[in-house]
Amino acid sequence: MNAPPKLDSKVPSGILGDAWTNHKFALPLINPANRRKFKIVVVGTGLAGASAAATLAEMGYKVQSFCIQDSPRRAHSIAAQGGINAAKNYKGDGDSVYRLFYDTVKGGDYRAREHNVHRLAEVSVNIIDQCVAQGVPFAREYGGLLDNRSFGGAQVSRTFYARGQTGQQLLLGAYSALMRQVSAGRVEVRTRCEMVDVVTLDGIARGIITRDLETGAFERHSADAVLLCTGGYSNAFYLSTNAKTCNVTAAWRAHKRGAFFANPCYTQIHPTCIPVSGEYQSKLTLMSESLRNDGRVWVPKTKGDQRQPALIPESERDYYLERRYPSFGNLVPRDVASRNAKSVCDEGRGVGSTGLSVYLDFADAIAREGRATIEARYDNLFQMYERITGEDPYSQPMRIFPAVHYTMGGLWVDYNLESTLPGLFVLGEANFSDHGSNRLGASALMQGLADGYYVVPATVTAHLAGRKLERIDTNHDAFAEAEATSRARFDKLLNINGSRTVDQMHRALGQLNWDHCGMARTKQGLEQALKQVVQLREEFWSNVRVLGDGRSLNQALEHAGRVADFMEFSELMMKDALTREESCGGHFREEHQTAEGEAKRDDENFCHVAAWEYRGRDQQHQRHTEALSFENVQLTTRSYK
Amino acid sequence: MGGHNDETLSLTLNIWRQSGPDTAGDFETHSLEASPAMSFLEMLDVVNENLQREGREPFAFDHDCREGICGMCSLVINGKPHGPESETTTCQLHMRSFNDGDVIWIEPFRAKAFPVLRDLIIDRSPLDRIIQAGGYVSVNTGAPQDANALPIPKQNADLAMDAAACIGCGACVAACPNAAAMLFTAAKVSHLALLPQGAPERVSRALGMVEQMDAEGFGHCTNHYECMAACPKGISTDNIARMNREYLRASILSR
Repeated sequence: MNAPPKLDSKVPSGILGDAWTNHKFALPLINPANRRKFKIVVVGTGLAGASAAATLAEMGYKVQSFCIQDSPRRAHSIAAQGGINAAKNYKGDGDSVYRLFYDTVKGGDYRAREHNVHRLAEVSVNIIDQCVAQGVPFAREYGGLLDNRSFGGAQVSRTFYARGQTGQQLLLGAYSALMRQVSAGRVEVRTRCEMVDVVTLDGIARGIITRDLETGAFERHSADAVLLCTGGYSNAFYLSTNAKTCNVTAAWRAHKRGAFFANPCYTQIHPTCIPVSGEYQSKLTLMSESLRNDGRVWVPKTKGDQRQPALIPESERDYYLERRYPSFGNLVPRDVASRNAKSVCDEGRGVGSTGLSVYLDFADAIAREGRATIEARYDNLFQMYERITGEDPYSQPMRIFPAVHYTMGGLWVDYNLESTLPGLFVLGEANFSDHGSNRLGASALMQGLADGYYVVPATVTAHLAGRKLERIDTNHDAFAEAEATSRARFDKLLNINGSRTVDQMHRALGQLNWDHCGMARTKQGLEQALKQVVQLREEFWSNVRVLGDGRSLNQALEHAGRVADFMEFSELMMKDALTREESCGGHFREEHQTAEGEAKRDDENFCHVAAWEYRGRDQQHQRHTEALSFENVQLTTRSYK
Repeated sequence: MGGHNDETLSLTLNIWRQSGPDTAGDFETHSLEASPAMSFLEMLDVVNENLQREGREPFAFDHDCREGICGMCSLVINGKPHGPESETTTCQLHMRSFNDGDVIWIEPFRAKAFPVLRDLIIDRSPLDRIIQAGGYVSVNTGAPQDANALPIPKQNADLAMDAAACIGCGACVAACPNAAAMLFTAAKVSHLALLPQGAPERVSRALGMVEQMDAEGFGHCTNHYECMAACPKGISTDNIARMNREYLRASILSR
């Protein structure tokens, strides 16, 4: 199938290693004195948003930044624990830009653009330099140089970290750069403020409508470019490792204004999370994947073995990852680790009162390295585990189970990170660009900062200097229409006055997605879920109950707006999962697996990006494709054996 | 931690209700059967679900990551910011820390500089403004030197990390009898004072951040150390001593 003209990926030609440099050279420049004439709106203040807003302001653009929390420092990037990859090869263990590129393309199960991934690997080294210059306190060795650890999906040590709080330290670095620009008067930050629509004029994004979460006031903001850095959609599953306010609203609103949504079925289920404990469960907590460096994953060999773990002798334990994947062992990529945990639990060998967990055991590591070493590496994670479960992981194995963690799908963007809606750029987890169908550990932080510090500041000029942008006034009809639509939507939510709470409806949606569009998917299950999700959405709009008013702080109303979007979004995610008749990375269709139960890709028919076009309320989405070509990496069956 | 894992807790909850910044608030009493495995915020979720089913408005409270790192959650629980467990945020506090029959008082962080916006939600924007007054290294995004060109003794890097672990929740302010933001401010001043990257701006940083802290209406430190006891990240008051040295040094050098 030919890609329609709208899906021009703008991937540069020529040698992979030179492409980004050549592309940057070909992009127009804007004279520093002229930059202040352009206003850029940046939605979201996570790694991508904060780094982009700060960098663009440093360059001289006028920037307005928005976040839904009470401070830009709260964005969910802050919760990333493990680390950030960079091809520094400080360990001299054979790493290189090309190897990081190769590992990421392979780890993504050959469903990402080669050129995007290579660019990511190239700038990874600059990110570490930049962060250190900002004062990010990365872990160091006694000689004073930076320390590295290894992570899933790689056989080199290229992960930089700051204890178990790498995301926090990187975000605080970007946040401090942003605060510096606020103090210089180049950025205005709006906190507790939610984007509810994108305003388009002549098919170009020219501003946003926001709702002030404290006062309920709708506001219009014009812009010469709009950057969405609003994260992923894991909370469509209700239970996920995402923060409670993470949502798809900004992306979904932009989608309905013309931005195609790519690969929504690529969701990542993280293998090392704390299992569900009861029906009141509000979120799931991730334990960093770095734990798999020293922890050994096992279940009893015998089904239904109820003995305490310490009473199960070595010979009756199944270290199933080490058994099935001898070369990567416990460090197989996330999708492989998660699916294997599901399959041993499906066999009835899961542990804990629910049978929905597996052991992650540190006994050998403690015996080998001493408790002090393990404490130095993981103590904050161990403490977190104990706080949540009441169990001490130094004396008994942790229990873990997979949970939705990250979404590789997102708004479609070209090589410049511009969506199909001109003037709208999408960064970080909110776009689909670099991780294919499975993201490797310690790569999300790398991508968020690459997009914000290095990519968009260079590419945004293609739009700003390349298109003629008329001056726009927020009194324009386009703003009035978008604001009126948003107002009507919130008024409607307040007036349904039904009998089910927003949280109940959200939980019902999450269960449906988890059961049928989670770790394993089937045609039959998806077809059934597609019918149910439509019913659920209808019920939502006729039977949800949102109390209070829209003129003051109303958290149930905020939540209702987001759940309404998750309802619509989930239907598209299921459709995408149903249409992609293959298994790849985080998308596992039970119909498409090898005799050994591994994912079976179909490169002949599905080596492409699926980008969905919204065509109106009563119309079906249209599926477009962008073919992926692999000129540097051989398409092979991923093997971690 | 208490050991009530298999039973239910019958609780009496006195929760602060306040419709807006300019209105008076008061406690509202509710009773609840809670599971010891619930987190404190999940317990409040249940209270809110029950209220909404009865057609009553839920309590507004700040929360986000629910894993102790974003700093969004707050609450004074039985007189203690973030509740009874040490080095634990409210979102990481679990009901197994309470006993059957307990009466629990839940109110917002209280400080002049943190006005209540609604119920349990406060305005902590003064903390952002303190960071804006110098809590950064002035380096533009670009091409700085190689990261390993600047070796930093592990001991200093570790101390800097200890200070940088601050989550900006404001519990130190809520715990302080003077509602001082010394621990918060000191954590950032210390983090950057311990690293060579922070050296060129030492003087302006210490002066600027302290001045902003005063301008926001936070009180002064009178060495009660309540901040350190309440800090969910265990930030030490050693950092306050370090900030005082930085401030003194800066005051002399800037004359």
